[in-house]
Amino acid sequence: MSSTQVESASRVPSSLTQVRVTMKYTFLDYFRSRRFFILLAIVLLISAALTIVIGYYRPPGLLSSDLSFYSSWWGISAVLLTALFGIFFGGDAISGEFQNRTGYFSLSHPVRRSSVYIGKWLAAFLASSIILVVFTAVTLGNGVYYFGSSLPYQFGEAVLFTWFYLVAVLGSTFFFSSLFKTSSYAILVTAVLFLFAFNLIQLLVANFAQIEPWFILTYGSQIIGNVLMAQYPAHITTANGFGERTFTSYNATIPEGLAIIAAYFIVTAILGLVLFERKEFT
Amino acid sequence: MSTKRKLNEPSIQAVGLTKRYGSFTALDSLNLNIEGSKCVGFLGPNGAGKTTTLKLFTDLIRATSGEALVNGVNVHTRKKKALESVGTLIETPEIYPSLTPREALSMVAETRGVPAVERKTRIEEAVSEVRMDEWVDKRVGKFSKGMKQRINIAAALLSDPRIFLLDEPSTGLDPRGMSEVRDIVKSLKGKQRLIFMSSHLLSEVTDICDEVAMIDHGKLLVYDTLSNVTSRFSGGENVVEVGFLRPIDGGVNGRIAAGVPGVTSAERVDDRNLRIRFSGGASTQERLLSYLVGMNLGVISYKPASSALEDVYLSLIKDTK
Ligand SMILES: Nc1ncnc2c1ncn2[C@@H]1O[C@H](COP(=O)(O)OP(=O)(O)OP(=O)(O)O)[C@@H](O)[C@H]1O
Ligand SMILES: [Mg+2]
Repeated sequence: MSSTQVESASRVPSSLTQVRVTMKYTFLDYFRSRRFFILLAIVLLISAALTIVIGYYRPPGLLSSDLSFYSSWWGISAVLLTALFGIFFGGDAISGEFQNRTGYFSLSHPVRRSSVYIGKWLAAFLASSIILVVFTAVTLGNGVYYFGSSLPYQFGEAVLFTWFYLVAVLGSTFFFSSLFKTSSYAILVTAVLFLFAFNLIQLLVANFAQIEPWFILTYGSQIIGNVLMAQYPAHITTANGFGERTFTSYNATIPEGLAIIAAYFIVTAILGLVLFERKEFT
Repeated sequence: MSTKRKLNEPSIQAVGLTKRYGSFTALDSLNLNIEGSKCVGFLGPNGAGKTTTLKLFTDLIRATSGEALVNGVNVHTRKKKALESVGTLIETPEIYPSLTPREALSMVAETRGVPAVERKTRIEEAVSEVRMDEWVDKRVGKFSKGMKQRINIAAALLSDPRIFLLDEPSTGLDPRGMSEVRDIVKSLKGKQRLIFMSSHLLSEVTDICDEVAMIDHGKLLVYDTLSNVTSRFSGGENVVEVGFLRPIDGGVNGRIAAGVPGVTSAERVDDRNLRIRFSGGASTQERLLSYLVGMNLGVISYKPASSALEDVYLSLIKDTK
């Protein structure tokens, strides 16, 4: 390189720019990788299956109102799909930097680790969002076909909450990803937690201990399905159970659900960042 | 700690730098102050603590105590500032496999703030410097180890930094690649760069480095100029190898031994190379060089004998066992 002895012309850009750079190339990496297309295929398969089944059988309950249509379609799949985003895009995002030794390439520069963490998080968010947009579009396509273009506002809320939930899911998976140096652990823990452990704990806590499971993320995520119900379920319902015992069931209110989701994101983001900052490449 | 660092001279400095893993001390209170434009070879057996030192200088690991400074800036507390003008190659990094060298290097260039208008040419120059032009748009995932290492070298060169921290840069390279790395480092020296480089190749270090630091069991054994190190540990004698353009006759070595005070022996390695031992340091060296040139035999190379460094290395490393 033909520059002279003076200081090199490069001037290290702001951390914000570096976040953008990390995001850009991580996204490119995701976009090139098989996982993006596997997820897209999953989403298209779910969509196709729903479209065909509903189109062919025309289930009367489901098609009784626009709200019940969106509730069955979105309410069931959105939360599951979001968990898959976390597993696919978040699981190895940070642990992979250690396990695959790419961290030696991406971090031995004048760049803060937090910039790399945030950049990778945004890339995962962007990749997930693109697939979620596809799913939203297919949902809307079907909804408009059966019920015309006047959308129930609740669907708008549900979509918004789903995106918000995605933020917390990715926050949590990035945390697990920086907790473990081995990607398979991070992915496994994310999958187990989001696919059933959270639900199981929630069930146990609510039904047997009869305590409101406000500390479980999936409890908060129920607002996505609940908002699509004809009537939003009551926060606390007490019914008479067997004999003299009463039975209490819980449903997160919208503010409560949003608060749980926000809390999960904030706490896991801070912990994940601190862990990554302290983690050593040995 | 004295900070009489000359302004604008590149420097790296270890102050009581220590790294422990549990009860095991990988690096034991390293004090090292390297300043100016030169190449410093970092030598030591496997597990000596070389990579540990370089990782501490890039904040890939944290020091148990002490600090690593680049241009006077603490690498751990102010990494972004400290590594501003440092090109690194630590432990054969992996590059995101789905990216091409062009993309991976663009990422580095953008991260390091290479001006947008220069990016394309810089990347192409760096890639051609490591002879990877043909592969610049192929995905890295399928590259061989040596090919990846070449891209890693290109990444270190990319932003034209003033300081280079290189951990065994010629690992995995073919013989031509190793010689190309030597040429790259030599040309960097010509551009006022500071290169701190670990290596197991004593011939490489002899060829391109001005100074050597030797480490074993996490402890620094010596840090000095190459000629001082070799002479200090060979009973005050230096050994140099001199190459000639034309074949030399049998009497030349005798004439040198007799004609230059301080020269203790001069032996013919082959018909174009002599190995000369002398004592008396720089003054003898000066006399010897002018005598050699005065003989008009076409001196084309003059360098410390690589075997001399090997002798020092073997005696020092054995001593600490
Ligand atoms: N995570 C770790 N836990 C425990 N010991 C470690 C760890 N990482 C490195 N070490 C030890 O630190 C010592 C120094 O290792 P280092 O990698 O710095 O050696 P090196 O001089 O680079 O060796 P080589 O020439 O083989 O590359 C070794 O004995 C190694 O076993
Ligand atoms: Mg090493």
